[in-house]
Amino acid sequence: MEATAIRLQGLRKVFGETTAVAGVDLDIADGEFFSMLGPSGSGKTTVLRMIAGFESPTAGRIELAGQEVTGLAPFERDVHTVFQDYALFPHMTVEQNVAYGLKVRKVPKAKRLQQAREALADVRLEGFGARRPSQLSGGQRQRVALARALVGRPRVLLLDEPLGALDLKLREQMQVELKAIQREVGITFVFVTHDQEEALTMSDRIAVFNQGRIEQVGTPAEIYERPATPFVAGFVGTSNLLEGDSAQQVVGASGTYSIRPEKIRVLKESAEADEPEHSTATGTVVEVVYLGDATRFLVDLDAGGRLTALQQNLETSSEDVAAYRGTRVRLRWHHRHTFKVPTPR
Amino acid sequence: MTSTAQAAGRSPVRRLAGTLHRRPRLRLSLLLTAPLLWLAVLYLGSLAVLFVSAFWTTNSFTSEVVKVWSTDNFHALFTTPVFRQVILRSIGVALAVTALSAVIAFPVAFYTARIAKPKWRPLLVVAILTPLWASYLVKVYAWRLILSQGGFADWMLKPFGLSGPGFGLFATIIALTYLWLPYMILPIHTALEQLPANLLDASADLGARAGRTFRSVVVPMVLPSVAAGSVFTFSLSLGDYITVQIVGGKTQLIGNLVYSNIELNLPMAAALGTVPVVVIVLYLLAMRRTGALSSL
Ligand SMILES: Nc1ncnc2c1ncn2[C@@H]1O[C@H](COP(=O)(O)OP(=O)(O)O)[C@@H](O)[C@H]1O
Ligand SMILES: [Mg+2]
Repeated sequence: MEATAIRLQGLRKVFGETTAVAGVDLDIADGEFFSMLGPSGSGKTTVLRMIAGFESPTAGRIELAGQEVTGLAPFERDVHTVFQDYALFPHMTVEQNVAYGLKVRKVPKAKRLQQAREALADVRLEGFGARRPSQLSGGQRQRVALARALVGRPRVLLLDEPLGALDLKLREQMQVELKAIQREVGITFVFVTHDQEEALTMSDRIAVFNQGRIEQVGTPAEIYERPATPFVAGFVGTSNLLEGDSAQQVVGASGTYSIRPEKIRVLKESAEADEPEHSTATGTVVEVVYLGDATRFLVDLDAGGRLTALQQNLETSSEDVAAYRGTRVRLRWHHRHTFKVPTPR
Repeated sequence: MTSTAQAAGRSPVRRLAGTLHRRPRLRLSLLLTAPLLWLAVLYLGSLAVLFVSAFWTTNSFTSEVVKVWSTDNFHALFTTPVFRQVILRSIGVALAVTALSAVIAFPVAFYTARIAKPKWRPLLVVAILTPLWASYLVKVYAWRLILSQGGFADWMLKPFGLSGPGFGLFATIIALTYLWLPYMILPIHTALEQLPANLLDASADLGARAGRTFRSVVVPMVLPSVAAGSVFTFSLSLGDYITVQIVGGKTQLIGNLVYSNIELNLPMAAALGTVPVVVIVLYLLAMRRTGALSSL
């Protein structure tokens, strides 16, 4: 078993009337890229701020590397944070920003400037040291914030939606870079995001948050393919659930079932109904969305309920796609892609 | 074209509105003409008259102004020991009032902007502004009572075997600080209130204790506002001559010299009067370098 970088036990935080965090237990291993995924307001930031020491928990316990730190101030914890809005010091140059943590820890001037320059080179910002944060673009500021947090080589790096303010292209580029930097420095990353795709592509493990609680912890594949609760099934990927009567008719058993849209094939209604080891359902296409590389079909099932199916546009063009609206279709998918979602009693 | 046809059919008022909308410069110059005229004629004009009359002289028997060009008055400013002393003393008083205000204002503003509960903050700001509603003279006479022989200051300090400062230079500095303090507190309060909490978190996150964060983040970020406040305290103190008459004892400041020269030697009074104007312009130029003027 790897060493534990962070351990949270029964962590709670109440702000007046709001319970922001309602009991969180979590172990994060050393060197892990760990994501906290959840909708806005689900308590991710509050958990992060409690790990950093900006908020003190209403109840519960926080350990870093086996040491209890629950009551310690932020400057007594070996943890650095990359803030959502970067929180760069506007009155300092980029280099002074990056060197600030070293200066506070009384690293000699020559050494800290050297380290700051290296850290700026790590995030590909050589030659920007003399600028002010206000003279940088969003992506550059983001990288300065990263360099500032990394230069002191903390045991744990906390990142609160660090890519949230960037445009799509830059965002995808930074996702790759962040992951590469993390692999290189081997520091534990705790990465907060509300973007499921981002969490799935970058993380070693993910915790899905909902209303101040963790719904599921697991690898991206586990979270995506075997959601532990209906909430996870709905939040990660497209909500594609069969419940009640329609589940009874289509799957042949009661319960809640999740089928990933890309596993469902869209066929003509007249297509063969019985194929071994496959489920099938007929219905009417209510909406078609052309996505460029793929097309999304929304189908109202005759058995009740609605399923989304995603088809690669191998031969279809955008004109063909529109013609599907209102037509009758048959959906088919392999049994093994029908996943029973455990329902909490 | 249809749009021109429509334009032709519109009322003159709408056409004018349209023209103004399309020509922001025209709009701006129309808007600014009246205030600029006022500024140029009344304000700069009177300053110019002041400056020009400083080059005239007086008939020493009749005290009448003789419009003969001469730099004697300015020469006298720099060579007469009394003038030199009073000018330096006035600048010293203005600087002392400014420094004292900043030292007092910072903790007060820190309390009103960051420590007090948010719902009390507007009330505290009003409380700080209240002294500005009272008459200037009432406040200065209040200080005269406090500092007079056997007054409140003496009474307070008696148990410690001390007595109050009495009237004089020190009393003047205290009274002026009291008068102009709100002008220092307000900009600092605003700056502290707008200081992002995130930056304080970030500083602590990087290992800084409260004292370090205060020195390296809070003070540098609030400094332009201190400089902005100092523009008020400095220039208001430099121009004052009533407070010093009431609590200053025999102390003389530039204002007193101007006042006492107006009847006898108007050009000399004008020359003395240009001194604070020049000093304040120099002070503003110095403050501009700190970025203070953009935070006014
Ligand atoms: N300082 C605070 N005061 C009061 N309520 C807060 C505070 N911080 C967060 N909350 C509340 O706690 C809940 C969780 O917030 P947050 O942790 O920011 O969620 P997330 O980061 O997942 O969007 C929200 O309902 C939010 O309004
Ligand atoms: Mg958040």
